[in-house]
Amino acid sequence: MVCLKRVVDYNVRVRLKPDNSGVVTEGMKMSINPFDEIALEEALRLRERAAATEVLAVTIGPADCQQQLRTGLAMGADRAILVEHAGELDPLTAARAFLRLVEREQPGLVLLGKQAIDDDCNQTGQMLAALWGRPQATFASKLEVTADSARVTREVDAGLEVIDIDLPAVVTTDLRLNEPRYVKLPDIMKAKKKPLETLTLAALGVAVAESLRTVAWEAPQPRQKGAMVTDVDGLVASLREKGFFN
Amino acid sequence: MAKVLVVAEHSGGRLNQSTARCISCALQIDAAGADVVVLGSDCGAVAGQAAALQGVARVRTLQRAENAAPLAAVFAPQLAALAAGYSHVLGPSTTFGKDLMPRVAALLGVGQVSDLMSVEGPRRFKRPVYAGNAIITVEVADGAPVVATVRAASFKPTGPGGPAPIEAAEVPAELPVHTRFVELKAGGAGDRPDLQTARVVISGGRGVGSEANFALLYDLAAKLGAAVGASRAAVDAGYVPNDMQVGQTGKIIAPELYMAFGISGAIQHLTGIKDAGLIVAVNKDPEAAIFQVADIGLVGDLFEVIPALAQRLA
Ligand SMILES: Cc1cc2nc3c(=O)[nH]c(=O)nc-3n(C[C@H](O)[C@H](O)[C@H](O)COP(=O)(O)OP(=O)(O)OC[C@H]3O[C@@H](n4cnc5c(N)ncnc54)[C@H](O)[C@@H]3O)c2cc1C
Ligand SMILES: Nc1ncnc2c1ncn2[C@@H]1O[C@H](COP(=O)(O)O)[C@@H](O)[C@H]1O
Repeated sequence: MVCLKRVVDYNVRVRLKPDNSGVVTEGMKMSINPFDEIALEEALRLRERAAATEVLAVTIGPADCQQQLRTGLAMGADRAILVEHAGELDPLTAARAFLRLVEREQPGLVLLGKQAIDDDCNQTGQMLAALWGRPQATFASKLEVTADSARVTREVDAGLEVIDIDLPAVVTTDLRLNEPRYVKLPDIMKAKKKPLETLTLAALGVAVAESLRTVAWEAPQPRQKGAMVTDVDGLVASLREKGFFN
Repeated sequence: MAKVLVVAEHSGGRLNQSTARCISCALQIDAAGADVVVLGSDCGAVAGQAAALQGVARVRTLQRAENAAPLAAVFAPQLAALAAGYSHVLGPSTTFGKDLMPRVAALLGVGQVSDLMSVEGPRRFKRPVYAGNAIITVEVADGAPVVATVRAASFKPTGPGGPAPIEAAEVPAELPVHTRFVELKAGGAGDRPDLQTARVVISGGRGVGSEANFALLYDLAAKLGAAVGASRAAVDAGYVPNDMQVGQTGKIIAPELYMAFGISGAIQHLTGIKDAGLIVAVNKDPEAAIFQVADIGLVGDLFEVIPALAQRLA
């Protein structure tokens, strides 16, 4: 099972709405969260190596998310589930909904991105693993799956950490795990015929968590553009003036 | 009344500086002081270092063989049990804290505040979203414990103080065996200063052109006692290992001086350095976005500028 989140494309520079009630998303290019594409690519490779039998793509969000699920199906997922939900969604609620899908679908492995590039939370996979009572391997840059366990190399601040986890488990992906494939036109046509089921949060018995509330949005403090120097002597002089290398 | 617990990060018997930064965040929530918990198989040295920090009321140790490696699945149930006596549980927004704290929050049934960058009230915090393109204020509902990761670059480490008392804590927590540590392969820094705590950081981007060319940066860094970082493009191209990446999905750093060579200044990179004291950019493209945020900019070829700098500053 792979969790794909629909986010504002990473090339788009997001802006605040004039009334500071959020960021402008209307009319913006939307894409699969880049880390989630990597998660899907890894799942497809597992299936191609016969280490997985089926790849299920799931998402929670408004009806428009069908677009990203169709892209996922075109990349090669076998089927998809959309859990429809219109408003804001926090990682705890998402994790609770994914747990319901896990109980229903009994996957051997759940792959998520390490971080959604809209909320930048970096939480959902860890929370799902906690609620499920199963292992987590976050920030994966290498994944080797055997029958009932996996060896995962994780990108940590100190270097690369290797852990073994029993399956089923949750793995979240880092950028260097793989390079996702491009979708070809015939695949897009084929994807239209693949099954895409629609559910609701309520049907899964999940209510939106209320422990965290966003109360204000603001623009970041801009850094001021400084001075240009014309040569290395100017650079050294400026550095010394600011108190460095005296 | 707030009562704050800070989860210590450590390795090789040394407390990570992110802990002292979390403590200064904790003191903004409750000026009276914070407890620090150290999990490990041999906590003594680290507990001592934590006890010697200003603002620490008490150090609690959770010492057992299973805690030898920082596995979130093993640490989280212990912390969830210990959290019962606290209003806030804080960890650093490093890979250690990001891995661990959401698991603790989920076990407690609460949401988590990620990358807490300022304290607006005991239950009100600011944090960045959209790679730092927007800042939100979040409020944690009354009653729920606050679980957060602290954006270390936003807080100064607390100084020396104490010593605070050190006590062994005990929690009834059944620990899973489904997750096993195998090994840690150390990253590319070698004897160079640590990227996250260095006063001066020198970074290279795609413009550096090759792994071999990075020697230029290592030489300059050695002369200046600086740490070396990189853009994602440089990491992706295989010039340097991943643990050197600075930015939204790499390390968030706040050195006194940041010098970027051959880095264009993508938003994902800039979000990692926006708290740096002074930003210097050297790029041969006068239109490069990095010049919009640099305090000192020089349009030039890094292959000429770096050797000249090394000569003048050494
Ligand atoms: C989800 C996601 C997350 C990301 N996270 C990060 C992140 O954490 N950190 C990060 O850095 N990036 C991140 N990126 C990538 C980011 O968008 C940029 O692609 C990347 O930062 C570009 O790196 P660069 O500036 O080295 O390369 P380029 O953009 O290619 O710039 C190279 C620069 O070098 C200059 N140059 C070339 N030769 C010379 C020379 N001889 N002398 C001087 N200047 C020279 C050029 O003028 C150019 O400006 C992320 C992207 C995505 C999609
Ligand atoms: N609404 C969602 N739909 C699908 N996947 C999601 C959703 N929210 C989070 N995820 C998954 O969880 C990962 C981490 O998200 P986050 O914790 O928000 O940073 C993402 O990369 C996705 O794989």
